[in-house]
Parts: sequence; structure tokens; C-alpha cells
Amino acid sequence: MALPIGNVLGILSDNLRKRKSVLPLKASTATAWADGLDILYGGDTVIYTGYMYQLIPSISSLAKRMAGYEDSWMTKFFGVGRFFNKIVSLSKFMTHVDSEQQDAYNNVVRNIAKLLMAAGVKFGYLYDKELYTGALVYDQGVDDVFIKHAERVHKVLTDNGVKKVITIDPHTTDMLRSVYPKIIEGYDIEVISYLEVLAEANPDIANNLDTDLVIHDSCVYARYEDVVDQPRQLLTKAGARLHEPELSGKLTHCCGGPIESLKPAKAHEIAANRVEQLAECGKNVVTMCPICMVNLTNAASDSIDIKDISEYLVKAYGR
Amino acid sequence: MLNIESDLLDKIKETGDFDASACMSCGCCTALCPAEVAILPRVLFRYALLGAKDKLVESTDTIFSCLLCKMCEDNCPSQVSITENIRTLRNYLNKNVHGV
Repeated sequence: MALPIGNVLGILSDNLRKRKSVLPLKASTATAWADGLDILYGGDTVIYTGYMYQLIPSISSLAKRMAGYEDSWMTKFFGVGRFFNKIVSLSKFMTHVDSEQQDAYNNVVRNIAKLLMAAGVKFGYLYDKELYTGALVYDQGVDDVFIKHAERVHKVLTDNGVKKVITIDPHTTDMLRSVYPKIIEGYDIEVISYLEVLAEANPDIANNLDTDLVIHDSCVYARYEDVVDQPRQLLTKAGARLHEPELSGKLTHCCGGPIESLKPAKAHEIAANRVEQLAECGKNVVTMCPICMVNLTNAASDSIDIKDISEYLVKAYGR
Repeated sequence: MLNIESDLLDKIKETGDFDASACMSCGCCTALCPAEVAILPRVLFRYALLGAKDKLVESTDTIFSCLLCKMCEDNCPSQVSITENIRTLRNYLNKNVHGV
């Protein structure tokens, strides 16, 4: 029996409505990346993580468990699970986060902040006041819950006097830049991805990468937000030799991640197809989205190395 | 036999933006789909336009298999907003069938 769509979405959207996130994430874990960086609270311009990178270990853990339930008799009890999840967060008991993986994803965010600092960009951070944008619930069409949450996010931004946000992943960029303005009256916040900020700042190179990289574009960056040239510009200037799969740039092939919560087996199959295409071009693959990174990594063998673009950029442009 | 609900399209539009009238069933969307969905977007849209609610509900699995990756939409010769249509169908099903 396939996963029961209504109950799975019910649990995720109940979590967003009641607990402000689709999956539990301690504030101390979500903000740990900023420890020691001395980033000021708030300000006109803030970095906005949207918790996407920090949530990946929880999402990954839950996805593995859901894959085990897919086509099993356990799916019959999801309705009961949804009922009790409204009272107590069952998701907390469903996820077992690998601390090493959590540190690795938190470190991606830390690298991005360091890159911005090295480029002389001034920004603050909302720390534990920051909220997840609700991207998953929006994509799955639970609009009533999503709209109320988006209003909550907007209030946090306006209450803190934020005028401009620097986003660090494609999904948060799309939500805050293209979706929120359509549903929130008077939305007037400038949204720019850190890749666009860096490309425009055009920082000097500290270290030449001198390496071959295979580039995997995010569907959302490439086709929703038109972020295609910036990562190429930054990597090429840093001395990387880029190799493009046949489906690249605006024609990029999805990693399968968007259906991971409802169709884990299919998502894995799509990711494996993409890994095969990327592996034909080389063994060092660069991604720019946390969802792509985790899905491709889970579908790849040890012979291919998949890293977030920030890991290369911080080597090239970091101080 | 199709069971037709004449106000289905109006009910769908109450839940979000939906416009599939420009779809000419060319099949570009299908040829490009990374998820290789079992039913084509054009068929789903036709069910909605016809008022075939039962068929739409039967297609729930397909509607939620879409990646929203926009590969089809960016290459649609009729410039149909395929992903937004799919999202609206999800919203309709969530409200009217899934109780979400």
C-alpha cells in the first residue's frame, strides 16, 4: 500500500501550523552554525537560512523511515498517528539525527556566512526568531496552512525592521522572492541569493581551485529563479574546470527530492538516474541545494563525491 | 462511463489558479518528465476541464508524483502554467478528499 497522502501531509502541515516547522529542530541546533562568528542580531539586511540545510538530517532520517513503511501494513495506522501528533509531536520520535551529518550541514551555512563576510557584505541574523518558510507545505498544495504561516514569517521580518534578506538555498529564495509577494499584501522585502550577492561583489581569489567539477543545477534556481550564470562565474573565476551534463542549466534534471516525503522509492530512482548522468562527466559533483545534495548523495556510490558549492567557494574566496 | 460534475472546474478555481485551456495535447510535457508520470498532465487537465471528478480522484497518486521541477512548463509550446495547475489540483484534493 502506498503511503497515505492525506495523513502524511496532515502530519507535516499540523506540525507547521502548531510547531512552526514541518519537522522538529531545536533552536540551538538551527543556530549553531553562527557560533563564534559574531554576527549581530537583526538589522536592515539579514542572512536568511530558512532552516533548509539545518533540517536535512531530520528530513533524511524521516525519509529513510518512510521508505520502510512504503507498501507495508503500517500505513493503515497513519491516521491514528496524525491524531496523536496533534497532541504530542510524534515526529520527534520518528527522527534520529546523525550528529556528524548535522554538523556537516550546519557547516555549509557557516561557510556561506564566511564567504559573505570575506566579500565585505554586511548582514545580521535573526537567530532563533527566524522561521522555516513552509516550502514543502506550499508545494504539496496545503495552501490554508501555508498562507497563515507565510504571514507569520512576514511579521517576524517586519517586526525586526528587515528590508533585505540574503538567502542561502533555492527553495527559500523562491518562497521569499516569488511566492510570498503573490499572497501577502504589501510585501516589500528585497530577496537575493548569496550566489547572486557574491557574483555581483566579484571578490578576489585567495586560492586557485585548479580542479575538475561536474555542475548539477537546482531546478528551482535554474527554472524558477534564473540563477544559472552566477555559480558558473564564481567557480570558473576560482580556477575550476566545469563539466556540464547533457541536461544542465535551464534544462537541468531534477534530483527527485521534491517527492521524497510521499514517494521515497520513486524519488530514489530519479536521483539514481541523475547520478548516472553526472558520473558520466566526472567524479566531483557540485550542488547548490540541500535537497539535491542529500538525495544525490543517498543514490550515489563511493566512487562519486558530491559537495555543496559553498565548500569549493570558501576554499577559493574565504579568508 | 464518465460521471460529470459540471461545476468541478469552478470548485477547482476556488482553490487556486488553474488555466489549462491552451493545452493542445502535444505531449512535450510527457516526453520531458523526469518522473515519467503514469498519466500525462494533459489528461489530468482534461479531466478537470470536463468535470470528471472521479477520474481526477483516481489520479491522486499521479498528481502527487509531480516534482514541480518545471521541465515540462519551460518547454511547453502553449505556455501552460503546468506546475501551478498541478499545485491547484493538489490543493483541491487536499481540501475535498484528504481533509487536510
